[in-house]
Amino acid sequence: MSMPPYERVKLASDSARPTGLDYIRRIFKGFTELHGDRRFADDPAVVGGIAWLDEKPVTVIAIEKGHTAKDRAYRNFGAPHPEGYRKALRLMKQAEKFGRPVICFIDTSGAYCGIGAEERGQGQAIAENLVEMTTLCVPVISVLIGEGGSGGALALAVADRVWMLQNAVYSVISPEGCASILWKDSSKAESAAASLKLTAEDAKSLGVVEKILSENDIGKKEFYDRIRALLIGELKELSGDMDLIGKRYERFRRIGVTAKVGEQV
Amino acid sequence: MALINFLKPRNQLEEGGRSSAPVQQDEGEPEKNCPNCHKDIPLSRLWANNLVCSCGYHFRMKARQRIKLVADKGSFNEMFSDIVSGNPLDFPGYRDKLETVQTASGEDEAVICGTAAVGGQSCCLFVMESYFMMGSMGSAVGEKIALLFEYAVEHRLPVIGFTVSGGARMQEGLLSLMQMAKTSAAVKRHSDAGLLYISVLTDPTTGGVTASFAMEADIILAEPGATVGFAGARVIEQTTRKTLPKEFQKAEFVLKHGFIDAIAARSEQKKLLTELLKMHDRGEIV
Repeated sequence: MSMPPYERVKLASDSARPTGLDYIRRIFKGFTELHGDRRFADDPAVVGGIAWLDEKPVTVIAIEKGHTAKDRAYRNFGAPHPEGYRKALRLMKQAEKFGRPVICFIDTSGAYCGIGAEERGQGQAIAENLVEMTTLCVPVISVLIGEGGSGGALALAVADRVWMLQNAVYSVISPEGCASILWKDSSKAESAAASLKLTAEDAKSLGVVEKILSENDIGKKEFYDRIRALLIGELKELSGDMDLIGKRYERFRRIGVTAKVGEQV
Repeated sequence: MALINFLKPRNQLEEGGRSSAPVQQDEGEPEKNCPNCHKDIPLSRLWANNLVCSCGYHFRMKARQRIKLVADKGSFNEMFSDIVSGNPLDFPGYRDKLETVQTASGEDEAVICGTAAVGGQSCCLFVMESYFMMGSMGSAVGEKIALLFEYAVEHRLPVIGFTVSGGARMQEGLLSLMQMAKTSAAVKRHSDAGLLYISVLTDPTTGGVTASFAMEADIILAEPGATVGFAGARVIEQTTRKTLPKEFQKAEFVLKHGFIDAIAARSEQKKLLTELLKMHDRGEIV
């Protein structure tokens, strides 16, 4: 009934899938893009701004891969530099100031691995997002729409609710990377994909995501209408919560499985 | 000697931690080649110098040796040592790997946590263990670090943390990734309580640990020559098809780019940490 994990990995990165900007344009009204991290540059791999949802302003942030070859290159194939994460954080802080909820769409194979990215603190940029998002005073919903590549995806997913598209994947490392490090053989990616438990069902059973969104009508009007309705409903619930930050802390605090010395799990 | 110690693979660098007195150099004593100056150094001299070559090269050091070096004698009180990894994803080979590593390293997990006095100042201390799956972070490491920061909030203590890590532990998949968020949340609570956190990055500090609690300290120190980065150098070379500069991702490079506060040689760390703790001591009654 369900597709093998490695098939999911390939499908999650399929260039025909809707990208972040498709979700922004089809779910929200009047998207006004805001650029730049105010420190170094504007990273086209991360798109952010303000839009209307149910006649209320919200901050939307998406990792964007692009559709055409030219656009994909311009978007660095959805692999953000530190500036992308810093722009996202700037917009989240702005949302906090003006009491707007934040909605993130995540689709990346990972934070960019490059010389400039390291020189400008890729690790620090991700770490800062993780820290700051844990106490952001407005509701945050993150939706994994394709690839959820490790820390580069998590940097936009320290949220009150994390949802995943049915065929999206979320993983600590790519199956190829895992196979090459553990078994010195990247061709074993298929079995690595199964072992890593990276599908939406896996993520849900591990307590990492709350909801899996069906892809039966992906890209159609009904698909976006459904996600819009879900977002509106969830934000209504979250907006009335007086202990948002406490619950967000607990949400992440409880994830993990450990054993006691001498005890088998 | 317990039987388990016979089974342990011999690690010459590890032995220094067991003998505190400098050892007399004997004829034909084993030597270690320094990767920096390429000279052979007698092990006794290395041990006496806390595993630092006379050229300044810092060899890796076991976590318990580090605790001896930094904590006042007899002050370290280990906590949460009963928390270890399970195999929640039933990942092939992980359980065997854990058992082998536990035997070889003599540790149950990749981080040691507790309370200590440093120069007479009380603090929480965590030290990661490179000899345990290269300090990789799974659920147990994340849990122990989160518990330590929570303890530090409750008792209003500063935290000193020595990091060494290849990143998140692949064998626990998403659960390892989530430890980045969990530890970050705990660090933030500690920070919001107005408490001091100092990290000391040792060779290598990379991946998910760099992208979480290693880089979240109020004051970030690093050992000379330590590799500090997010992505692995090999991955970057493959991605960019560029040759990396020689000093790339070394502590000195990271300092130059503004991401750490200072480089601290092993011989100066305790003095510096003591001084920093004193500078943040508000004389609170605890």
